[in-house]
Amino acid sequence: MSGYRLSVGGRINRAAPLSFTFDGKAYQGLEGDSLASALLASGVMLFGRSFKYHRPRGILGMGSEEPNALMTVERGPARMTPNLRAPSVALHAGLAAKSQNRFPTLRRDLTAVNDTLSAFFPAGFYNKTFMWPRAAWESVYEPIIRRLAGLGDSPTTRDPDHYGATYAHCDVLVVGAGPAGIAAAVEAAATGGRVILIDEQEEPGGGALADPAQWADLAASLAALNAADNVQILSRTTAIGHYHQNFVVAVERLTDHLAPTDAKGAREKLWRIRAGRVVLAQGAIERPLVFDGNDIPGVMLASAARTAALRYGVAVGRSVIVMAVHDSGWRDALALMAAGVTVSTIIDLRQDVAAELVDAARGAGIAVHLGCAVTSARGRLGISSITYAPGGTVDERAIACDALLMAGGWTPTVHLWSHAKGTLRWDGAWGAYLPDTTHEVMTCVGGCGGAWDYGSGLALGTLPSAKPLHKRKGFVDFQNDVKARDIGLAVQEGFRSIEHIKRYTTNGMATDQGKTSNLNGLQIASDVLSRPVTEIGLTTFRPPYTPQTFGALLGHHKEALFQPLRKTAIDDWARDHGAVYENVAQWRRARYFPRGAEDMDAAVLRECLAVRDSVGMFDASTLGKIEVVGPDAAEFLNRLYTNPWKSLAPGRCRYGLLLREEGFIMDDGVAGRMAPDRFHVTTTTGGAARVLNMMEDYLQTEWSDLDVWLTSATEQWAVIAVQGPKARDVIAGLVSGIDLSREAFPHMAVREGHICGVPTRLFRVSFTGELGFEVNVPAQHGRMVWEAIHAAGQPYDITPYGTEAMHVLRAEKGFIIIGQDTDGTITPEDAGMAWAIGQKKPDFVGKRSLARPDLVAQGRKQLVGLLTEDGTHVLEEGAQIVADPDQPVPMTMIGHVTSAYLSPALGRSIALALVADGRARMGETLYVPMPGGVIRAVVTGPVFYDAEGSRLDA
Amino acid sequence: MLLIHCPYCEEDRPEVEFANGGQAHIARPADPSAYSDPQWEEFLYIRRNPRGRHHERWRHVHGCGRFFNAVRDTVSDRFETTYKAGEPAR
Amino acid sequence: MKRFSGFNLIGEAFRSHQGWPEHWPDKAPKPAYDAIIVGAGGHGLGAAYYLASKYGITNVAVIEKGWLGGGNTGRNTTIIRSNYLYDESAHLYDHAVKLWDGLSQELNYNIMYSKRGVLMLAHNVHDVQSFKRHIHANRLNGVDNEWLTAEECKAYCPPLDISPNARHPVLGGALQRRGGTARHDSVAWGYARAASALGVDIIQNCAVTGIRRGADGAAEGVETERGFIASKKIGVSAAGSTSVVMAMAGLQFPLESYPLQALVSEPVKPIFPCVVMSNTVHAYMSQSDKGELVIGAGTDQYISYSQRGAFHIIEHTLAAICEIFPIFTRMRMMRTWGGIVDVTPDRSPILAKTPVPGLYVNCGWGTGGFKATPGAADLLAYTIAHDAPHRINAPYALDRFRNGRLIDEAAAAAVAH
Repeated sequence: MSGYRLSVGGRINRAAPLSFTFDGKAYQGLEGDSLASALLASGVMLFGRSFKYHRPRGILGMGSEEPNALMTVERGPARMTPNLRAPSVALHAGLAAKSQNRFPTLRRDLTAVNDTLSAFFPAGFYNKTFMWPRAAWESVYEPIIRRLAGLGDSPTTRDPDHYGATYAHCDVLVVGAGPAGIAAAVEAAATGGRVILIDEQEEPGGGALADPAQWADLAASLAALNAADNVQILSRTTAIGHYHQNFVVAVERLTDHLAPTDAKGAREKLWRIRAGRVVLAQGAIERPLVFDGNDIPGVMLASAARTAALRYGVAVGRSVIVMAVHDSGWRDALALMAAGVTVSTIIDLRQDVAAELVDAARGAGIAVHLGCAVTSARGRLGISSITYAPGGTVDERAIACDALLMAGGWTPTVHLWSHAKGTLRWDGAWGAYLPDTTHEVMTCVGGCGGAWDYGSGLALGTLPSAKPLHKRKGFVDFQNDVKARDIGLAVQEGFRSIEHIKRYTTNGMATDQGKTSNLNGLQIASDVLSRPVTEIGLTTFRPPYTPQTFGALLGHHKEALFQPLRKTAIDDWARDHGAVYENVAQWRRARYFPRGAEDMDAAVLRECLAVRDSVGMFDASTLGKIEVVGPDAAEFLNRLYTNPWKSLAPGRCRYGLLLREEGFIMDDGVAGRMAPDRFHVTTTTGGAARVLNMMEDYLQTEWSDLDVWLTSATEQWAVIAVQGPKARDVIAGLVSGIDLSREAFPHMAVREGHICGVPTRLFRVSFTGELGFEVNVPAQHGRMVWEAIHAAGQPYDITPYGTEAMHVLRAEKGFIIIGQDTDGTITPEDAGMAWAIGQKKPDFVGKRSLARPDLVAQGRKQLVGLLTEDGTHVLEEGAQIVADPDQPVPMTMIGHVTSAYLSPALGRSIALALVADGRARMGETLYVPMPGGVIRAVVTGPVFYDAEGSRLDA
Repeated sequence: MLLIHCPYCEEDRPEVEFANGGQAHIARPADPSAYSDPQWEEFLYIRRNPRGRHHERWRHVHGCGRFFNAVRDTVSDRFETTYKAGEPAR
Repeated sequence: MKRFSGFNLIGEAFRSHQGWPEHWPDKAPKPAYDAIIVGAGGHGLGAAYYLASKYGITNVAVIEKGWLGGGNTGRNTTIIRSNYLYDESAHLYDHAVKLWDGLSQELNYNIMYSKRGVLMLAHNVHDVQSFKRHIHANRLNGVDNEWLTAEECKAYCPPLDISPNARHPVLGGALQRRGGTARHDSVAWGYARAASALGVDIIQNCAVTGIRRGADGAAEGVETERGFIASKKIGVSAAGSTSVVMAMAGLQFPLESYPLQALVSEPVKPIFPCVVMSNTVHAYMSQSDKGELVIGAGTDQYISYSQRGAFHIIEHTLAAICEIFPIFTRMRMMRTWGGIVDVTPDRSPILAKTPVPGLYVNCGWGTGGFKATPGAADLLAYTIAHDAPHRINAPYALDRFRNGRLIDEAAAAAVAH
């Protein structure tokens, strides 16, 4: 127990105590505390265990740079969040935190045996061992390593919270609300433009929050900004990344600082901000010093102790020592003394420290040792003493203490600057990289821009020690347990670039992403290699600045809003009539309509027979529809599709085949010529957007000479296919203005008229082989017309059928489904559709490619029918076909089954397949080797039913 | 997310409104059948893919719907200019 | 080369590991080599290793403009699988998977190949048909791949949501048990160390600035920042920068280079036992040995060498992940990054001779190069050594873009009706 609450000072509310628990034990803090300050005030030193060696750890920093004090916070069932940094967790009543990565308890962690054995686990140890016996890596070593690794536990249940997201635009975005950021915001606000000021902490103020002398100015500036209607201040909001053209992404934490019972609304909110100008005012982060024992609980940054005392009214110890290589440590020591914290000693490696600082320290009663360095910190679960010696000597002396503060200089926070590919320059005085050039409209002010007068100091890799590097035990990356000697080992083993050193040692790869370790690591590598820092390189800064919740980053895109589900105008009717759905592209479609206890096979059998015997109805609304209009519409389609279009008379339809420029089938559909200058073009369900994009591309960029307009009409029309021998009888009583007789309205014709009193484009087409109509009506009338047809069809027992029956019916006729019977590598010739190619046309999209050598070669796969010898056996779609079933693996596969069904019309199984040279194999027996045995099948033509097409024209 | 100037709308709009259309100024030949296999291969597949100044097509697909061309640096991703389809390369 | 073993590790522990030598010496370029590899990623370093170990060419240099393993090798999501549809692909990737097995022992470097299984989810009838086609083809090609029902998928990967009410319900999945992950950096380092031990020079921070060709058009060597280096055999394995390098030889390639992003979460204790991929919702994920959830995103839409991409790609990727694994919305993203992937028109690689005699190329791996590392390396070495492709990589020549014999796995799988 060392820390305690000071009797005065801080921005906490002493009148508002808050109860909370840590590892099940009850504590009390104050309103305004962070979890870290409240625990420190309660005398807690031990906050967590490190990643690799499970070493006991306390607080290092008091901000988002904290690597050690990671905790799991539970806000009720299913609201568990691991790996939160205690200094960044605002205290609220009832907060329940627990420590991580220890077994069984934080104080007695048996897995800390890793620390005892740490000599066997240097950087990169896993590359050197665990290779014998071969199988043991997966069965033994890796599972053990995995269990020991990791930090907290993942949530295991669905998160009940929700998250918001928004876009924002501003003239000036200021990131960081310390004094420099606030000044920049005030200046920007005065110009009248829109200003957004964001800051990651619980309240704006940054470093000024730990400097009571600035509180009055801070309050005044914030009051002015809050009063300005062109300024928005966002606290608890972290700017996580800078993207192209001043697009800055930030996450606002809305409820985690509140007691769960007070938390209403979204938990966090994603801000996507486009700014005219970005001002970065992110300040700088203090650097730890590297010496033996620098990770013992109670060893922390001087700035952390200052924040604890002046912002939270917490003394980090009763007997505090400062180890400084920078003037800021002296200022912090003096500030701590003034706040009532006893600083016993200041040790500074420098001989010549500004006299005013030395005098002030001595005047305050602090012992001063110049030219000296701490050589070790001692203690197990908390620091008890240190040794120090004149720089680099073995003349050690010990001092008892319960806290040791490190003032190792400052690292400007240049993360967002670097995200934007801004360049950096090495600044010797800072011992750090500072912003240099950028092509964004972006500036850095205050500490992160190097414009901050906090005195001078040294930048060191390690404190001097009489021990050789490989004997030292000082840590560089606290969370990942990277020691200075690991960096030495990496260099010894030939890793020269800082990226290699980082990856070999894992320095800077922890959840703090190197905020306190990168520069020390760089400096150590530079020292070991005896090369300037600038030759070692710099690891890349990457978003996010601090770890961010997946839920916030995905915004609204989850569950129903993950991707819209498209439904037709008839979808509700299908649902009400028991449809079983399937997803096709973005749509859901009725797959079949079971009656009673029917399974899919029984329902499909019934639906198919109804169409063949009487009449069925099918919701075809998902088919893509494109209105192609203009004087050159026919010429346009002629250039695009394989088929000839100019000869098509108004009132007639044609099946169109569309190729990619590479010659492979891309899409198909029937197009009707409504007028000389107007076509109603249909596409596949999944292909509608693709086809329209392709049309626009060619129209706008290749054939801008054509006068054509394209409009997506997919959702304007509901489409009802009425198919079967009784189809005409069903709709006859509903249609007006169209002569439905076979002479007046032949197959592949289209007419405009009315049905049920609403306009219709009525197509006489068939995807079933039966007499058929496709009734297009404006979508808002779709359900009414559907129900009218359904009613009119009752005398014929009209049967709604779904996509599965549709597939069976078309397969019986050998009609292909693009994407099922073709796969993006199939030409019209392969698919047996050479008939669809306008042989006299000089050009169409894909034509030239069809002449390429491989597309006219022998042995290409061709669409054929397959009949299994056992007619009850339905092949599996996707099953592979061989000519010789007895060959060894790997077998020579000559094709695969694309479609396979039990055909109700034939009373046996049928299949379509793509088979090499298939059309030359008619009558040949081929083999389908399945896990349960080889299936024999005979090659046939792809049309199984009514090959002469007599039923079409009933 | 890029901010792209549509030369038709004359507005800077976010990238999610646009679809990239690949390398610009590759004209489909008037008579493809006159192309040899190597010429046709070049038309279909060969791309400059430069590190640096790059001419590319964009379509303001969730806006005016028009195709236009852009000059962009592929190292910095900065746009130098955008111009309407049919205008000569800049 | 001091041998790596648990025994030596313990021995070294007693002298503070002072006895470990450099993994690979930093070499200055010699005036000439029997073969030069441009690009010190896993593929290039591996090719040098196999040239020296299998094909008897030890006077080899690997030339790298940055630091070895610093390109896509060190930036990918480390997924290994071989359950591809076409014979050409299955043979290519399975060649790699066979080499992955035992690679740690061969290189004496634990590359942590973990056969935790790769599960690809089917979300609609079309996916099911497509995966069944893959499974049957794989079976007859001797490549393991099996169908799992939705319940079996859930048992294999407990965080999976198999609710039928999901926007894209899981109908089943294809599992390749031999699939898995390996440690990406270790692969580059292991090959570099082993190649170096066989006499290969690894020359870092030495950008190639030109490719010199003789009067007969054949390759004669490379111009670099550190002078001309002669070699009659030059293998280019430069991933996203291939177009730039090839332009130095006067060649234009059917390639485009796109940004590809990936991300990791903070580390957590083991929660995710395998690799899961879903093409329909477009996401893939595994958990690293360190505990991070490793998540792959899609490419950005425009070509770029900036090694960064747009944020909306990250949004959509996490949305996809949380759609199939809703328990992870409270997990936190720790780091994102970007690489440059070189993509061919059919999304299959080019591993072949080029029109320039003596110049060989290995490129076009797009988003899937890591899994092929040992296979691509071996085949590039073979092609260089024999001045002719191996039977396995013969289909991956440049002429397929002329004659139309494309190997288009994406077209075979992705077209929805």
